[in-house]
Amino acid sequence: MSLLTLRRNFFNVHVITTTKIYRENCLRWYIGDLASYDFIPKKYRHLSATNKFTMFCEKAVELIRELHRMGDGQLPAFNEDGIRQVLEEMKALYEQNQTDVNEAKTEGKSELIPSIKFRHSCLLRNQRCIAAYLYDRLLRIRALRWEYGSVLPTTIRFHMCAEEMEWFNQYKKSLATYMRSIGGEEGLDITQDMKPPKSLYIEVRCLKDHGEFEIDDGTVILLKKNSQHFLPRWKCEQLIRQGVLEHVIS
Amino acid sequence: MWWHRCSCVPLRPVYAEFELSLTAMGAKPSGRNVQGQRVCQRRPGSQGTKMEMPLWLAKGLYERKRRVLSMELPKVYREGWRTVFGADPTVVDLHKMGPYYYGLGSQLLHFDSPENPEIANTILQTFIGRFRRTMDSSQNAYNEDTSALVERLDCLERSLFKAGQSGLNSFQLWEKGRSSHLTASSLVINYRKRKITDLQA
Repeated sequence: MSLLTLRRNFFNVHVITTTKIYRENCLRWYIGDLASYDFIPKKYRHLSATNKFTMFCEKAVELIRELHRMGDGQLPAFNEDGIRQVLEEMKALYEQNQTDVNEAKTEGKSELIPSIKFRHSCLLRNQRCIAAYLYDRLLRIRALRWEYGSVLPTTIRFHMCAEEMEWFNQYKKSLATYMRSIGGEEGLDITQDMKPPKSLYIEVRCLKDHGEFEIDDGTVILLKKNSQHFLPRWKCEQLIRQGVLEHVIS
Repeated sequence: MWWHRCSCVPLRPVYAEFELSLTAMGAKPSGRNVQGQRVCQRRPGSQGTKMEMPLWLAKGLYERKRRVLSMELPKVYREGWRTVFGADPTVVDLHKMGPYYYGLGSQLLHFDSPENPEIANTILQTFIGRFRRTMDSSQNAYNEDTSALVERLDCLERSLFKAGQSGLNSFQLWEKGRSSHLTASSLVINYRKRKITDLQA
């Protein structure tokens, strides 16, 4: 973590130092002496060193930050490790809570209740972060079907975990079934005509070599870089969206 | 847009200063760490200890009846700043005063402070006061650098600004007759740009 995160926010300072501890010995419940740290923002020095909570749920928020960094719907690699760590943290919190709840019930120690509530809040927070992470990834993957088409490039596929791939296949299937069911006999491809069509045939220029391309009446066209063709719109739409062809408007 | 950002989790740590007023907090660190050893801690002190807590934690621990926590409002929501907002909301740099002014303010109302009605009213009036300028600038800044317009806006206003800009751009495209112009998807372009920069790196 860079110094940029050491802003006016003392919360952040504590996070940085405890993350180091996490790496050595994950999940230590720590209310420690912050005088040992070099940098405490002046405005917080009056606060006693023992007044800070340890930072649970920090890994979970890091997952979300990672997603937020990749703007514009790009899909980063699935952070298997991160999720596993958060789940371990949740498991440890849950087990601690179980023991405390049993203790509180049997021995009537009601002063354990605040710590139970604290761990419960951390569990809920972790759950919310993980749910947000997974859901946002699913939304991005769904968008891929509409932008890239059915076949995804291999690099993107590597970024998805097995379950997400499964979800993507199911989504494709649902979409295909739906498209078949509307629009009469042959179905209706709703991923076409995203922009209002003005003509049946359009002028396109090839941006990179794509090999041979067959159109409906059987003619085969060789798509070489910088060659221009006059092709039916519905055949080209997919290729234009993928960046292989370029729509030329005179 | 086929996706929308899941904006339910704020990304900057959102916190407020909370005053702990419960002796039981002292008993809290009686847990064990992962290895099962009892970790030795110092008691954080009993009644009246001031602590900083993230918002989600404070909301989880807050209890109206037993008065576990009492909250000290962050600067921006206090009397002084409220008069500033009352005088002229458009001048304030809301990005600096906490980028989630409206969101955090709405969440703070959860804590039953006696000033809640005033806080709620101030937040509402601030939004009303600033909205016109945001909308105006987003609808009229076409094809230019908007960083100066955006830098003093809070996150909610920024998303509104972005929505306005995207509407403006779509309309201008339509006016130029380019709405039927097929283009490569933005995902593909960004992906390719990133690949090139990765190769160059």
